[in-house]
Amino acid sequence: MLSRVKSIAAAALCLLATSAAAQVGPGDVFPRFEAAGFEGILPAMAGRVVLVDFWASWCAPCQASFPAYARLNGDYGPRGLVVLAVSVDQSSDACAAFVRKLSPPFPVVRDLRQKLVSDVNVPTMPSSYLLGRDGRVRFVHAGFYGERTERELRQEIELLLRESAPDK
Amino acid sequence: MKATRPNLLGIALGLAAAGLLGGCASTAMIRVHPWERAALSDEAMNPDRDPLGSSLADHVHVSREGSSGGRSVGGAGCGCN
Repeated sequence: MLSRVKSIAAAALCLLATSAAAQVGPGDVFPRFEAAGFEGILPAMAGRVVLVDFWASWCAPCQASFPAYARLNGDYGPRGLVVLAVSVDQSSDACAAFVRKLSPPFPVVRDLRQKLVSDVNVPTMPSSYLLGRDGRVRFVHAGFYGERTERELRQEIELLLRESAPDK
Repeated sequence: MKATRPNLLGIALGLAAAGLLGGCASTAMIRVHPWERAALSDEAMNPDRDPLGSSLADHVHVSREGSSGGRSVGGAGCGCN
């Protein structure tokens, strides 16, 4: 009897596991930005290290993360880092007010249909993804924890910037 | 040769487990994704958004339910006030 119960329970668990959408993680190719139909202009990212940050105006840690990303953009932008902030706000007014208030020095786009964020299936808000020069995800940060996250990001960005661009 | 009877209890338990676990995978169950929580983060969703209202509600609750301990009040109460 026990083996029968175990086999049926295992089948149900498999069903559960396969039905859950997969999250984009280290080693995966990041979904195409162009397919999302953003509001806003995408920067040139080919062959560069990209920090993609998913944020929302209603998310307090997102607000705290912007000054840190501005510092990273200032320090590493000239060396090949692109910071791209992707808003998942459904209200364009809320998004615009947030951007006006913080005036980030890096590009901001809005995923108005929440397509990219769904494809990536972010674990929490905010979440950031560091992409290598080949466009693959190298590091994922679920949440923003102030200095700790910034310190980790700096180490990872330094590592990725040292890597050479892939052959075309 | 001995004929084996199907173990009805085992089958019933198995089906119950499959139903419970399979139900979690059903698309009928809606999961609010992290990026969909704008409405949940609204101040209106905060039960303690009005400190004065909360303290009045607490007062009434403790007065009425004091005999059962009220809210964070130990011991019996007269239920007066």
